[in-house]
Amino acid sequence: MSDIKKIKDEYLNKLDKDQNIESINQIKTELFGKNGIVSNEFKKLGSVSQEERKKFASDLNFIKEELQNKITSKIEEIETKEINLKLENEKVDVTLPERDFKQGKIHPVSQVIDEISSIFSEIGFSVEEGPDVENEYNNFTALNTPDNHPARDMHDTFYLDEKKELLLRTHTSPVQVRTMLKGKPPFKIIAPGRTYRSDSDQTHAPMFHQVEGLHIDKDINMGHLKGCLNYFIKEFFEVDQLKMRFRPSHFPFTEPSAEVDIGYEIKDGKIIIGEGDKWLEILGCGMVHPNVLKNVNVDPSKFQGYAFGIGIDRLGMLKYGINDLRAFFETDYRWLSHFGFDPLDVPSSYRGLSR
Amino acid sequence: MKFTLDWLKQHLDTDLNDKEIINNLTNIGLEVESFENAPSELDDFIVAKILNTQQHPNADRLRVCDVDIGKSETVKVVCGAPNAKKGLFTVYAGPGAIIPKNQMKLSISKIRGVTSYGMLCSEAELKLSNESEGITELSEKYKEKIGKKYFDTTTPKVVDLSITPNRPDCLGVRGIARDLAAAGVGTLKKIKDSKLNQNFDQGLKVTIKKEKKQGCTIFGSCLIKGVSNKESPQWLKDKIISLGQKPISAIVDITNYVMIDLNRPLHAYDADKVSKEIIVRNSKKGETFEALDNKKYSLDDDMCVISDQSGVLGLGGIIGGTRSGTELETKNILLESAYFLPRSIRKTSKLLNIDTDAKFRFERGIDPKSIEAGLIKAADLIKEVCGGEVSKFDIQRLEEEKTNKVKFEISLFEKITGFKIEKKEIIKIISNLGFKINENNENLDLEIPSWRPDITQPIDIVEEIVRIKGYEHIQTLIPEKSRLKPTLNRQQKLFHFLQRSVASKGFFETVTWSFTDSKINNLFREKYNEIKIVNPISSELNVLRNSIFPNLVFYLKKNIDRGFKDLSFFEIGPVFSGTKPGEQLTVIGALQAGKYFRLNWQETERNVDVFDAKRDTVQTIVEAGFSKNKLIIKDQAPSYYHPGKSGSVFLSTEEDKPIAFFGEIHPNIVKKLDIKTEALIGFEIYLDFFKETKKKLKDQKSQFEYSDYQKSERDFAFVIDKKIKAQDLIDIIVSIDKDLIKNVKVFDVFEGENIPKDKKSIALNVTVQSCEKTLDEKDLEKINNLIISSVESKSGAKIRS
Repeated sequence: MSDIKKIKDEYLNKLDKDQNIESINQIKTELFGKNGIVSNEFKKLGSVSQEERKKFASDLNFIKEELQNKITSKIEEIETKEINLKLENEKVDVTLPERDFKQGKIHPVSQVIDEISSIFSEIGFSVEEGPDVENEYNNFTALNTPDNHPARDMHDTFYLDEKKELLLRTHTSPVQVRTMLKGKPPFKIIAPGRTYRSDSDQTHAPMFHQVEGLHIDKDINMGHLKGCLNYFIKEFFEVDQLKMRFRPSHFPFTEPSAEVDIGYEIKDGKIIIGEGDKWLEILGCGMVHPNVLKNVNVDPSKFQGYAFGIGIDRLGMLKYGINDLRAFFETDYRWLSHFGFDPLDVPSSYRGLSR
Repeated sequence: MKFTLDWLKQHLDTDLNDKEIINNLTNIGLEVESFENAPSELDDFIVAKILNTQQHPNADRLRVCDVDIGKSETVKVVCGAPNAKKGLFTVYAGPGAIIPKNQMKLSISKIRGVTSYGMLCSEAELKLSNESEGITELSEKYKEKIGKKYFDTTTPKVVDLSITPNRPDCLGVRGIARDLAAAGVGTLKKIKDSKLNQNFDQGLKVTIKKEKKQGCTIFGSCLIKGVSNKESPQWLKDKIISLGQKPISAIVDITNYVMIDLNRPLHAYDADKVSKEIIVRNSKKGETFEALDNKKYSLDDDMCVISDQSGVLGLGGIIGGTRSGTELETKNILLESAYFLPRSIRKTSKLLNIDTDAKFRFERGIDPKSIEAGLIKAADLIKEVCGGEVSKFDIQRLEEEKTNKVKFEISLFEKITGFKIEKKEIIKIISNLGFKINENNENLDLEIPSWRPDITQPIDIVEEIVRIKGYEHIQTLIPEKSRLKPTLNRQQKLFHFLQRSVASKGFFETVTWSFTDSKINNLFREKYNEIKIVNPISSELNVLRNSIFPNLVFYLKKNIDRGFKDLSFFEIGPVFSGTKPGEQLTVIGALQAGKYFRLNWQETERNVDVFDAKRDTVQTIVEAGFSKNKLIIKDQAPSYYHPGKSGSVFLSTEEDKPIAFFGEIHPNIVKKLDIKTEALIGFEIYLDFFKETKKKLKDQKSQFEYSDYQKSERDFAFVIDKKIKAQDLIDIIVSIDKDLIKNVKVFDVFEGENIPKDKKSIALNVTVQSCEKTLDEKDLEKINNLIISSVESKSGAKIRS
């Protein structure tokens, strides 16, 4: 036993001296390897007499533990030293530029469509879509705008054939027609999408975006319409106070019809929605005309409801302070970079529409 | 529709002030576009100061004056007045101004070789006095007013309404007054009784031919003998000017005045130029006439014309002809007040491309019962202004006009609007609008006023009542949250997911037109037919796009030309395969130009290449929920890609349509479009070809299984034929034991030194792991040998030693 104590002291001494990882591993093998000194002592355990065995074992374990702890702490000490040494040599200039990150962007129109969909989703609307190319019937006639109706002059239409039967839809309202023709009431949908009119100047683009809304059920009246739009506009512009004005107007496919103005003022050159004494027209709406319901096989004596159409691009311009409609469609890198949204910025009701 | 409030008050008794009237107009659906002072000819006369005078180089009696007219720069005016001297305050008229004295219109002109911008005016020229010797001299008090209007003009304020197409009745001042009266703004004045003394017959025979497609149903007329046509009196001129029109002569002005006043278009013929009789008939193809707009029109069949024995006089309800037009010398006039069918008017005017005030009104529907009222008002005025004797009215009718009726259930009002108003009030509103009412319990039997062609059914009555009562009475109900079905369907979810997935890879989303330039489109059209737009806004946007790329590449080039180099754009939207509704696909198109790394202190520069495009394509599809291992990559792609550096992605072998293409854009296209970039790559993803998966993504997850047994990695290098694809080697290795072989990764491809010309070397790293045990040397050796032998036998490869 005294031998082993001597060995212990010897090795503890050894370990206290300058060592590196390799030499310590060497010591570890010498002590605890297959034929290590300590391992061999343990093998002797069987040959020690009964009375001495307990003490021998206990001493041996104690020594083993002491040596092991020493080795562990020594390794740690060396490693720490090595790391510290390394760190001293590894100082970089962190003001050097980081690696490039390619930031993508979502177009404002897409962002606004997502915002609109999120808001209407909260009050139970689902999203419907329709084709960009429409026939004359769905775009006009079914919507109570027969040929030879002066209201057709309000839509400058792109045609795809000389007979004027195929056209680019002038509004998203034909989606109403398609939705009702293929289903049964009730209907509660919005239909965002591209729309086309053949005029082009600073405030008009030959293509723009609209969202159509339609809610048909047994007892949907103008109060529901007003409530729905009031809710939507407040949510969209994220304001608590909203001045909103319903004003009689005329669309062939709704009766009664209304245009909706919202109050605004200009502060420091910026439009502030919801306050002020100026009015801004933002959408058209009304109760779906019984003729339209008849055209899509819905019985107007049993079902009624409202429809609305909103210019998406214009909403985006108002909310995000964009002045030029045509810039939306001109793919200017600088403009997209300036007005585009981070792809992770998904509008939702719980995270808020905008940041 | 323009009018002054004074004019309105000729029909409406009201105590309300201007602002209240204006607000009420908007509230009842007559949208006020503007309410501004009418422009005055006198606005062009401005207070000015002569800063300097110089002798005219070529004329002794003329001087060249530098005149301060309140702008940043002075103007030069040549002036002959002896009192034109430095420091004088006077009145300046610019180019375009009309001198009150002689109605001369000023323009920039050279006077003896010196350009004069306008004129300094004498009092006589301004009709202020007879003083014509020198220019007007103003006192020092005008110092503050330089640049301001000299005349204190108070032109009446003009209301401009935007009248919706359903309200022809409000294209007349009286109709507007009636609507306002119904809304409680005042009371509608009665039309004064006529004092006409009509004691002789009209004399000319008038016939409306009974023909199919006859566009005229009533033709009323009277003869006014012995008139002396002249300049209109001032009150009438003012009215005409306030409409933004030019006074012409008393007779023409009066017919225009009555049109605006009562929405009753009229036409005056010089009766002496009408050959014997008036025949209202359908035109014959090839007939021509010269209209009052001084254009000659060639007519088609079945256009409604007013003619006499020698031919066409005019297009009924649209425009008159020069042959029978009234002039200042006209002595006898035939005044027409007729009813033309909207459909006929619209058809004819569209074919001939004519737009007139009369046409605008007739196509919306004129009150058929206003024939006589129009004749009376105009004849009264003509007699008053031009004298003459008025004949009895001659009114020809094809049929008696009927009174339209509608049955209105009062309960419908609340059903539609959601609020209730008293029956008494309903009756008051609609009777004020001119309806005749028979009460029938809870129903009202209504006779629709003849001036309201827009009203045909009960819902129209609801609209009238709620409009007049005021939309502010409609409640604002809190929306219910009940949902009929999920907000987005599967395809819509995919759309929104992929849109943001591509953007998150560094691409800028753009939105471009659905139409494009056929020349660029043809480069990307492939098998699709060209879809022409019949009436494009420009020849550069003349077809529907067959691909996202034509517009995207066009705008990419524009940005490169602006000096940007490394650009990534994408668009998600429709491309068109045919002219029928629904012949369109939803596609993502993405382009990337330039370098992946440029001018970098860490990385070496490199161009973007096909494998960047492949990474973004595959990763996007993987993010959408498809397993990368199951995707099939083939080396076929449309012809606008580089034939050797492009590919397509299939969801599974059974799939017949690729869901995506990727690759470098064909160098010919880059050259043809002159795109100045080092490299151009792109990809397209076809949303419609993503097959509906049997299970939703959330249900596709299998039990979570994993192995904690040791995994082993081993590298292999094979020399194989160049034709053999890397994917083939991977497939061979994976198929040896799908359970054991967890991953195969290509980490080197090499051609050249020590490798035969038609061969290449591919180095692969294979990960092997069992779910049941730690593999021992023997197991590993076995699988390694199997890998080598399988690859060698199936692909003809040789393991590199």
